Amino acid sequence: MESDLALRISQHPKYRELKAKRTNLGWWLTLAGMVSYYGFILLVAFDKPLLAQKIGGGVTTLGMPIGVAVIVFTIIITWVYIRRANSEFDSLTEQIVREFVK
Amino acid sequence: MSIDKQTLGVLAKVLAVCAVTAVGVGAYAAGADLGQATKQATNWVAIGMFGVFVAATLFITKWAAAKTKSASDFYTAGGGITGFQNGLAIAGDYMSAASFLGISGLVFANGFDGLIFSIGWLVGWPVITFLMAERLRNLGKFTFADVAGYRFSQTPIRIFAASGSLVVVAFYMIAQMVGAGQLIKLLFGMDYLYAEILVGSIMMVYVLFGGMTATTWVQIIKACMLLGGATFMALMVLIQFGFSPEAMFTKAVEVHSKKDAIMGPGALIKDPISAISVGMALMFGTAGLPHILMRFFTVPNAKEARKSVGWATTWIGYFYILTFIIGFGAITNLIPNPLNYFVDGDISKGLVGGGNMAAVHLAGAVGGNWFLGFISAVAFATILAVVAGLTLSGASAVSHDLYASVWRHGRVDQAQELRVSKITTVCLGVVAVVLGIAFEKENVAYMVMLAFVIAASANFPVLFMSVLWKGCTTKGAVTGGFVGLVTAVTLTIGSASVWEAVMHNPAGSAWFPYNSAAIFSIPAAFITIWLVSLLDRSARGNEDRAGFPAQQVRSETGIGAAGASGH
Repeated sequence: MESDLALRISQHPKYRELKAKRTNLGWWLTLAGMVSYYGFILLVAFDKPLLAQKIGGGVTTLGMPIGVAVIVFTIIITWVYIRRANSEFDSLTEQIVREFVK
Repeated sequence: MSIDKQTLGVLAKVLAVCAVTAVGVGAYAAGADLGQATKQATNWVAIGMFGVFVAATLFITKWAAAKTKSASDFYTAGGGITGFQNGLAIAGDYMSAASFLGISGLVFANGFDGLIFSIGWLVGWPVITFLMAERLRNLGKFTFADVAGYRFSQTPIRIFAASGSLVVVAFYMIAQMVGAGQLIKLLFGMDYLYAEILVGSIMMVYVLFGGMTATTWVQIIKACMLLGGATFMALMVLIQFGFSPEAMFTKAVEVHSKKDAIMGPGALIKDPISAISVGMALMFGTAGLPHILMRFFTVPNAKEARKSVGWATTWIGYFYILTFIIGFGAITNLIPNPLNYFVDGDISKGLVGGGNMAAVHLAGAVGGNWFLGFISAVAFATILAVVAGLTLSGASAVSHDLYASVWRHGRVDQAQELRVSKITTVCLGVVAVVLGIAFEKENVAYMVMLAFVIAASANFPVLFMSVLWKGCTTKGAVTGGFVGLVTAVTLTIGSASVWEAVMHNPAGSAWFPYNSAAIFSIPAAFITIWLVSLLDRSARGNEDRAGFPAQQVRSETGIGAAGASGH
């Protein structure tokens, strides 16, 4: 891409909005993913009895739902990002493209 | 049962993956290894099913070959794969035979610990989605070096990227080839050598004639078979307990020798540093595996790239939940019938064929001999498909990065580049077979983990910094990448899984006390990239930094990105 086109795009308010929103969402969700995973790993490393604690009067332990929840949460945040990117971010991108690429 | 337990002499070593080894986390690192196995009785049903799979995939290869004409067709299926299809293919690349048999075996032996393990393999995916997927698609063409080196001096960055790719591919490949040999003895009752030649030659046919189109469809078919088979097994287990996990767990605790201990974390996590380090390797390594990154270039645009990671994450997460149920199903179904499934009918002697066979025995228990044959065939097909993907990514690193960009400085026509990738494919196929045979008796448990650590410490930091940090320069990226690579390999050699288990130094003499180098080698790479780039006052460095705005606009908007067809 020619650098003057790039420069013009990079100064466009729509582009700035897109970049800010995407970066923002991306990092927040990355943080959420990291906290859930490393939180789980730290629990395993430092508080095994908590995870081995029985729930509901049976043999099922607290660790089971937590572990499955980490998996489900991972899948959910992935789709949260994708949904927003596929609608909001893509429509912003489209507006930018339409304006600059004939 | 077509596996005749009377004829078995089973080596205890097979238990490597899920056995409660002396070092608990030894098993953690070994999750993707299949250990040594002893040949079982010939299983004709499994061989027949595998034959059907091969016939079907060769037919697809013939169809794909007609469509594979340009370099773009060969490397990226012409960019014509949809997000959903690509998601399945990525999941297929990731759900290896080792993760299916290894994790279900780990759950069978240790219960809850298997879940910790599988979560680690999943959590890298969101990071790829949020920070990498669409930017990769917008910047890249054929290999991840296209992305990492977008604004850099081509020769050094491509040499680095090709080295990073080939080293990762080599370790991953050896582990797969050795696994194939062990599996064929266990599942088909055939010789190790056959497995090497079978995998090597069929894989070569896929890649040579069908390129990325065939490789992707083989992977999709395999992923569907694996997901379908695993779903059926998990359902059959849950039906036994009226879909109550509590009932299943109660029965498992009742019959398992470890009783309650299988319901909570055990010896798998030795110390917090190791736990976090292994977690980092898995999380960031996924984002640096060349055969996975390559798949982002097979879809037409950023939207489909995103969707493909979404589907991949979904299928992989679902699959890991299934393996967990399958592991517990194996506990509740196999342990009460020691005569059928354990060596000499003695539980303490382990499963017939070793700990990795938990899922295979369960297949027989819930679905009969035909289903057992099906699952065996799927497990072997899995290795075949993964090796094909690895070979293609290795071939593209050689032909696109080394030959076309470094050797010929981009002055090369497509036909020539294509010819080089095909020659490389044949060479890699031969090398894979030779290495597979050479490493037959070696302990390769550390290799997949090492591949992840290198991917996380060399490929990922360079990719990440070059795409997201404007200050990154060629010098910084290449130096940092090699520092990450060397640190990762050196520290891994010093860890117990190589220093003691492979190099036969006395127990306790390993000078690197943790299970994964990632916690040190990843920061080493990032800090080096940052520092060297910061101090880089060369003209090239200024050029690199000046190139960032244009790169960023393209990575964010896709304007100027390689299109769906023709690239």
